[in-house]
Amino acid sequence: MSGTIKQISLFAENKPGRLSKIAESLSKAKINIRAFTIAEAGDFGVIRMVVDDPDKAYKTLQGQGFAVSETEVIGVEMKDVPGGLADIANTLGKNNVNIDYAYAFVTTSNLALLIIRVDNVKAALKVLKAAKIRIVDDKEVSRI
Amino acid sequence: MPMLDYWNSRIERAPLEELQEIQERKLRQLVDNVYRSSVFYRNRFKEAGVKPEHIKTLDDITKLPFTYKKDLRDNYPTGMFCVPLNQVVRFHVSSGTTGKPTVVGYTRGDVDCWTTSLARSLTACGLGRGDIIQNSYGYGLFTGGLGLHYGAEEIGASVIPMGVGNTERQIELMRDLNATAISCTPSYLLHMNEVARKMGISIKDDTCLKAAILGAEPWSLETRKRIETSMGIKAYDIYGTSELSGPLFTECEEQDGIHVWADHFLLEVIDKNGDPVKEGQKGELVVTTLSKEALPLIRYKIGDITILNNRECVCGRTHPRIMRILGRADDMLIIRGINVFPSQIESVLMTIPEVGEHFQIIAERKGELDDLTVRVEVTRAAFSDKLADLMNLEKKIQYELKKVLQLQTNVELVETGTLPRSQGKSQKVVDRRKI
Repeated sequence: MSGTIKQISLFAENKPGRLSKIAESLSKAKINIRAFTIAEAGDFGVIRMVVDDPDKAYKTLQGQGFAVSETEVIGVEMKDVPGGLADIANTLGKNNVNIDYAYAFVTTSNLALLIIRVDNVKAALKVLKAAKIRIVDDKEVSRI
Repeated sequence: MPMLDYWNSRIERAPLEELQEIQERKLRQLVDNVYRSSVFYRNRFKEAGVKPEHIKTLDDITKLPFTYKKDLRDNYPTGMFCVPLNQVVRFHVSSGTTGKPTVVGYTRGDVDCWTTSLARSLTACGLGRGDIIQNSYGYGLFTGGLGLHYGAEEIGASVIPMGVGNTERQIELMRDLNATAISCTPSYLLHMNEVARKMGISIKDDTCLKAAILGAEPWSLETRKRIETSMGIKAYDIYGTSELSGPLFTECEEQDGIHVWADHFLLEVIDKNGDPVKEGQKGELVVTTLSKEALPLIRYKIGDITILNNRECVCGRTHPRIMRILGRADDMLIIRGINVFPSQIESVLMTIPEVGEHFQIIAERKGELDDLTVRVEVTRAAFSDKLADLMNLEKKIQYELKKVLQLQTNVELVETGTLPRSQGKSQKVVDRRKI
């Protein structure tokens, strides 16, 4: 869907050396990681990331034998002021869109970005645009 | 009342020749009987080209075909019973290797024989009237609870039918009812000792416990030493499986091998080719049940590795002894007293599409208790970005395994391609327990 970002997720065991193997694979393929988060559940975790070239990252990691999936997430520009996150959360909440998970990062151009995974992407895009909140898509992310 | 030394002095101390005469007579009767009453055995005998009249002496037993656990499974539920079902007074059921359980049945006579066998054994452990036996084997389909219960009542002891679990209550009752003996798995007793200490109770100093009848899982002499010194008791090994009736045989007070009642059971120890091993060599135990009516077994390959000792014991009993069980002839694991076959786990995993065909089973001892972990690979197709899906998958596998194994296991999801690819069965099982 246009306006969204392809997030790469992969399954990883929660043990030393796993993350470095993943990072090395991406480094060799010259893929740049924009944002990154790990959700852990005991013995394993799910690593989620936004990269400059998601298709290449997907192929690279799959080629290394990882269980990888692509997920549609939304990148939202966040004002770097108090209440920046509240605006976004309010807009979605009022319109009954649920945030499954979110993580944030700040770019070198001082752009604060919030990556959100929602239960209804179409509705989320619509209400965010209506609230004049700026969406950052795939193309923009790869240019950062 | 003075302590009885023997439950049945005459038979327990009978000369070896007399025991062999009994065995020979009973073997001939058994072979005649199963040939007449069982289609299964008749066919087996025919395939082996053997007829009842070929079996005249004990040495002729090698002409008879072996019976396997698989036979019981293939003839589920009661295809191998040799009496009409209206003569069966009880069933017990143990979990099977591929989902199908094994059903065993008992006539009134079978229950009596089981009970008197245990009465002899418990007496040999120095127990009798006046003793208070806390029976912490599982009651129900498992043979341990009811079997021990009947045997303990038979010798006139007072039984606390405790069953498994609720450790703190077990310890309180042990102390408050002045239990003098306990029957359970060795690992559970060690666990109880640990819990008692935390409760501020010393089994050694604050209870009347003097003996423990321990079995249903392998344990070492070192474990025995630890149990005996830390709790101030004598720990006796007990042996038996549901196919033979249940727990049947124990050590005597000499603690030098388990006495097997020769008037009811005929033992062989064989090598990998099925030939008898030399005296004192280890091999696979093969048992023929001489007295069982509902489900007699001929040359049953029980799967345990042991050494047979035919010398008369210092205690005066002439019946042969088997040494401590040294291992298994197959890949069966015994976890907290429950038999687990890797094939059971495999068949469960095969029904769950989200996991690959590779798996690994890890047996460990955590604290004093056995712990089983099943590691499975998440397939690429099944991987979802959602953590909750993966956690639910773990729970689902746990639930399906529990249904078949009757055992709580840990499940670990691992990355695709990380488990060793099968180079034979052994790699699938990692047993880290130091038994």
